[in-house]
Amino acid sequence: MTKSYEAIPLTPISSEPSTINKTGLWRVFYPVVDLEKCKKCTLCWKFCPDATIELVDGIPVIDLEFCKGCGICANECPAKCIVMVKEGEG
Amino acid sequence: MIEVRFHGRGGQGVVIASEVLANAAFREGFEVASFPFFGVERRGAPVTAYARIDTRPIRLRSSIYEPDYVVVLDSSLMKGVDLLNGLKTGGHVLINYPDGKDLNALPSGYRYYTLDATSIAAENQIGSKVLPIVNTAIMGGFARICDLISLESMLESIRDKAPVKKDANVAAARAAYERTKEVVI
Amino acid sequence: MRKVMTGNYASAYGAKVSRAEVIAAYPITPQTSIVEKLAEFVSSGEMDAKFIPVESEHSAMAACISASIAGARTYTATSSHGLTLMHEVLIWASSARAPVVMTNVSRAMAPPWSVWVDHMDSVAQRDTGWMQFFCESNQEVLDTVVMAYKIGESRDVMLPAMIIEDAFILSHTSEPVDVPDQELVDSFLPGYDPEIKLEVGRPMGFGSLVRPDQYMEFRYKAMKAMDSAHERILSVEDEFKRAFGRSYGGLLDEYECEDADVVLVVAGSAAGTAREVVDSMRSRGIRVGLARLRAFRPFPRDEFRTLAKRVRGIAVLDRSYTYGAAGAFYTEICGSLYPLVERPTVKNYVAGLGGRDITPGILENIFKDMIDTTERGEAAEPEWVDVEGLERRWR
Repeated sequence: MTKSYEAIPLTPISSEPSTINKTGLWRVFYPVVDLEKCKKCTLCWKFCPDATIELVDGIPVIDLEFCKGCGICANECPAKCIVMVKEGEG
Repeated sequence: MIEVRFHGRGGQGVVIASEVLANAAFREGFEVASFPFFGVERRGAPVTAYARIDTRPIRLRSSIYEPDYVVVLDSSLMKGVDLLNGLKTGGHVLINYPDGKDLNALPSGYRYYTLDATSIAAENQIGSKVLPIVNTAIMGGFARICDLISLESMLESIRDKAPVKKDANVAAARAAYERTKEVVI
Repeated sequence: MRKVMTGNYASAYGAKVSRAEVIAAYPITPQTSIVEKLAEFVSSGEMDAKFIPVESEHSAMAACISASIAGARTYTATSSHGLTLMHEVLIWASSARAPVVMTNVSRAMAPPWSVWVDHMDSVAQRDTGWMQFFCESNQEVLDTVVMAYKIGESRDVMLPAMIIEDAFILSHTSEPVDVPDQELVDSFLPGYDPEIKLEVGRPMGFGSLVRPDQYMEFRYKAMKAMDSAHERILSVEDEFKRAFGRSYGGLLDEYECEDADVVLVVAGSAAGTAREVVDSMRSRGIRVGLARLRAFRPFPRDEFRTLAKRVRGIAVLDRSYTYGAAGAFYTEICGSLYPLVERPTVKNYVAGLGGRDITPGILENIFKDMIDTTERGEAAEPEWVDVEGLERRWR
């Protein structure tokens, strides 16, 4: 609902960080990592544009709450150990 | 109001000379303004700067076209630059000119003064041997030819403005004051 | 203490006595000595500030906005192409309501390359939501930096301010300037204390997306803030006068306008020359006056309406041009006078572009032309002054 100009701050300010926005809901494909083939090169971690990949002992763990399924990690992986799978399949 | 125009080359301290004068006149209790005509400056290129001195605040912001004084830091500019352009009749011209050389072929109607500022600057080791910085010496000469500015105020202004070698610059100005002479054409 | 200094040093001293806490700037002719002097102040410890060297003017402004949002008093300086490179972030600064203060050493735009004065760069930033103050002297530059913080940081304003200093004519002219005592400035200008600021440990997002149903309300608030700035400029100047004994005539600085038939509107350093011309013409019995446009934003609309009721002719000198229209000062003055039933004759004179000297002779000829135009009472087109190839001579 539109608020009166008198009831809003000087400039739009959100008191929560942008993590309130669960972008994982936008996803059509989700990444699946084949841990057997992973060479721990960390390229997926470097390239993820939304910082949803965390490295645990060098192995990528993807936060599906925020992963938008863009597939950049799968595209960059030199070992081809990440595949994109359609939501609801696999 | 007294208006002064300075001619020299990039690297000789022409703009600083105009600031030294403004600062000295301010010490004497005058209102002042000094300003460069700033080209996109290079070492060796002709440079012009100006100063105004008055008893009341200076509001005029246009350039100076009819100066009362012209100060020439480099006599080689006498070929190629119209140094006397607009100078008021009876106006004063102070030229950095080698001692013992005759000043020829200048129009009458003005008062000329010479001073070997290059030698004085070199003697005091200001700047390099090939390019002595003559601005402080020439301002010592200016104190000699202009009654409005005492030598003491000029020396104080030089001490204030010189970034290094303050004593040498003051000594050069003092020597220049003694060695400035009027030349009758 | 009164000492001889350039307009650029006056700007730097203005930031110093205002206790700017973050300075981010990129050097450009003829602004460079402002940045050099401030870097010197910071490195010597004379100024307790963070100096951020950046790789462009765009980044300089971005750094200032961020620091301002984090609650720091910020300062930057630029000129011409540097200012226009900032354009995007200038709008961001005002819309983020970050009261940054910036000196713009007003310089012509290229090509042709020019390092000399005109107001094209500043006028082109008219719609960025910044307050804009054109200065006439180095003292005014220093004092306006100090006042701009107080005006901009007022809770009912919260807008950035641009202090406009004519290239070379102020930036590199040395003249006496009084640097006010620090204690006096401290009591005039308290520290910056915004209502909301970004703090470590308290994550917040500033300037986030709003939908069409809420955007206009933010813009309306900014509009109201600029209206408040009008009042603040006057009240802060009153306060400044009481503390420091100097004042600059508010938004429209009138000189000998009381009984004038014809007045000249001019901004920046040429106003000083115009004062000499007004005095000289008055000594010959010609009733002319000067209305110096000190604030272009907010625009002194009411001041012009009041002035227009007293005078018969207004000559407007623009040191820039809006191609296909006219000088920006002229069109805005005409626009503000239109609601009046009876209006004076107004004519536009375009002069002094790219550092072309505005001499007393030129200004006197403009006054005379305006007196003639007023007597004829005819509508007049904008006139370019002192252009080689045109028949008319102005010098």
